[in-house]
Amino acid sequence: MALPQRQTDIGPPKFDKFLPPVIKENYGQWKYHEELSGGTMVHVAESGAKIWTVRCASPRLLSTETIREISDLADEFCGGYLRFTTRHNVEFLVSDESRLQPLVDKLTTMKYMIGGIGDRVSNIVHTQGWVHCHSACTDASGLVKAIMDDLADYFTHKVLPNKVRLAVACCVNMCGAVHCSDIAVVAVHRKVPKIDHANVTKMCEIPTTVGSCPTSAIRPNPKDKTITINEEKCMYCGNCFTVCPPIDIHDPEEDGVAIVVGGKVGSLRTDPKFSKLAIPFFYNEPPRWPKVVDAIRNILETYEKHAKKHERVGEWVERIGWERFFSLTGIEFTFQHIDDFTFMRDTMRTSAAFKY
Amino acid sequence: MSGKYKTPMLDELEKGPFPSFITEMKKATKISTTAEDALGQLEKSYQTKRGYWKHGGIVGVLGYGGGVIGRYSSLPDEFPGVAHYHTVRINQPSGFFYTSAALREICDIWDKYGSGMTNMHGSTGDLVLLGTTTDKLEAIFAEYSSRGWDLGSSGSAMRTPSCCVGPGRCEWACIDTLGLTYHLTQHFQDEMHRPAYPYKFKIKTAGCAVDCVAAIARADLSIIGTWKDDIQVDQAEVKAYADMGMNIQAEIAEMCPTECLKYDGGKITIDNKECTRCMHCIAKMTKALRPGKERGATILVGSKAPIVVGSLLSWVIVPFIKAEEPFEEVTELIENIIEWWDDNAKPRERIGELLEVKGMRPFLEAINVPPQPQQVREPRKDPFFFWTAADLEKK
Repeated sequence: MALPQRQTDIGPPKFDKFLPPVIKENYGQWKYHEELSGGTMVHVAESGAKIWTVRCASPRLLSTETIREISDLADEFCGGYLRFTTRHNVEFLVSDESRLQPLVDKLTTMKYMIGGIGDRVSNIVHTQGWVHCHSACTDASGLVKAIMDDLADYFTHKVLPNKVRLAVACCVNMCGAVHCSDIAVVAVHRKVPKIDHANVTKMCEIPTTVGSCPTSAIRPNPKDKTITINEEKCMYCGNCFTVCPPIDIHDPEEDGVAIVVGGKVGSLRTDPKFSKLAIPFFYNEPPRWPKVVDAIRNILETYEKHAKKHERVGEWVERIGWERFFSLTGIEFTFQHIDDFTFMRDTMRTSAAFKY
Repeated sequence: MSGKYKTPMLDELEKGPFPSFITEMKKATKISTTAEDALGQLEKSYQTKRGYWKHGGIVGVLGYGGGVIGRYSSLPDEFPGVAHYHTVRINQPSGFFYTSAALREICDIWDKYGSGMTNMHGSTGDLVLLGTTTDKLEAIFAEYSSRGWDLGSSGSAMRTPSCCVGPGRCEWACIDTLGLTYHLTQHFQDEMHRPAYPYKFKIKTAGCAVDCVAAIARADLSIIGTWKDDIQVDQAEVKAYADMGMNIQAEIAEMCPTECLKYDGGKITIDNKECTRCMHCIAKMTKALRPGKERGATILVGSKAPIVVGSLLSWVIVPFIKAEEPFEEVTELIENIIEWWDDNAKPRERIGELLEVKGMRPFLEAINVPPQPQQVREPRKDPFFFWTAADLEKK
């Protein structure tokens, strides 16, 4: 069968093709919005026109069958208009108020999880994991499923002091925004990679491999056309594996995940913050990582109990101090928490004032 | 329906209220038998706690150097359906807006040539199609591109720009994030599809400092909407918030980081010249307070994830620039920024890392931006600094 004529460098379709009429008519003229429930809100324009949004959780990995189901729902209730959010949620865009409650009812019947708006837990930004990535040292989708099942009430209705943004990254490449999230999981290696020297010689460019190492632990071995690794300098980042696959960083028994907390991207009240290490390691425990799930619930509930209204996790921790964060959560403080890599001079305490 | 492999561990992930990606993968087995092998291999990963994908392999469509990521199973004999299982990135519409007809068109083509599995969306923003073989790539590209869809980006290239919902449905949008992202995507088509940069380069655009697209943390070039004049106040709505029970003194005035907002029990007054435009008061009192009318963007540079030498947040380079159609000024600035990076970076060096090596001065001079206190949190502390011959000329 003949294929249609290909086109190159056309870019994506222009977004205005996909905007509902009420958005086209009120583009850039929105006046305010109101949250109607954990997963519904209304935006009101200067003209008085309104658009209602119903937000639903999605596992990000969607079958075409489910996308067709979502499309059918959009046809039935939204004139065919919908969007996705930067956190992988689905948003149904309702222009006719009389269709709002019937849509919510139908989604509820179909067991869609409605929520994620306002001072709640939204969907978890996450990465590919064992489902489809070469460098994964955990499964992001499985962790997300286990964590979100546990925190479902915080997505659908329970209110927190402020929004809480979660992320999961299946290796330190961090294709998700783990480094600036309220609570996040990042998978880590803990052992120096094993080198398949014969294949390094065949497959890898030695200067690129040497150059890939942030701590200069990799040195060329010109005699044997391979490399050596200084074990004391290796931080297990796995960057060498990405440029030279025969340097295998994976170790199923010693790989696992760390939990970091206190990051954010918004500039509200305080500057955007990096997440900091809370718990250095849990073993991978598929399919449901119960210790990781419990640890995240513990951090979230401690924040919920102690933070002031409008404080993000990181703002709360900065107010009470990290020593108090560790005592309130009962998390053990270890050598791994002290940054003796790049940022020791910025992170060690230089004051005689602190708490017990 | 699924059944080729027993998946006891994955089946555990079909329980519970959150939608299940395993259920999605099982649904895809109705579309493509390869999804069976994807499930089988994933079950093996769960049993043995390691992944079985190999990376690398140059695959793509004629004339493009990116947009398709080669993916191969390291167990092709055991799971032949996923021996070759490439990813195709489709450039998403700005703001992730779709119609049902558009989504069905995407599904129809993908069902014909692929696994029936997608990601809505990938971390950079693309609509991701998971799992096809090299021989189908040209057909996939012809089918999509003839209907107005193009590939996104991969490798050492301009990555697919993305943005927040912006003026499409948000009262805080200080710039046209959707229009600007569409413009930049079209402007950089060649740089997106034919990787010729030292490494990846990401652009994200947020309409305000709430930054729903994480521009400040996840983009080499972060564009964030802002304003310069006074916050617009509707005192009647201030009273309405108070009447509804909001503690304006505690929640707004006392949480204002610069203490520039005062509340006298009836009215809000703002010392606007002391306001840093952090968005706290506006975000909490959206009916009463709105950004000013003189609007533009702050341009920041450098953010990235930890690989290789630690994560970075973006640094302020241009505190305020107009960003209105046809976006000429901001486009020229971005081109200058990229040109300096492209001329100076080593392979696999992001612009943030390059700036740490080269220093800010040569960069700011190259893009013709003067030093300004808005760029720094504080000046340097130690008395080690360079002087140029030109500096010494200024007696």
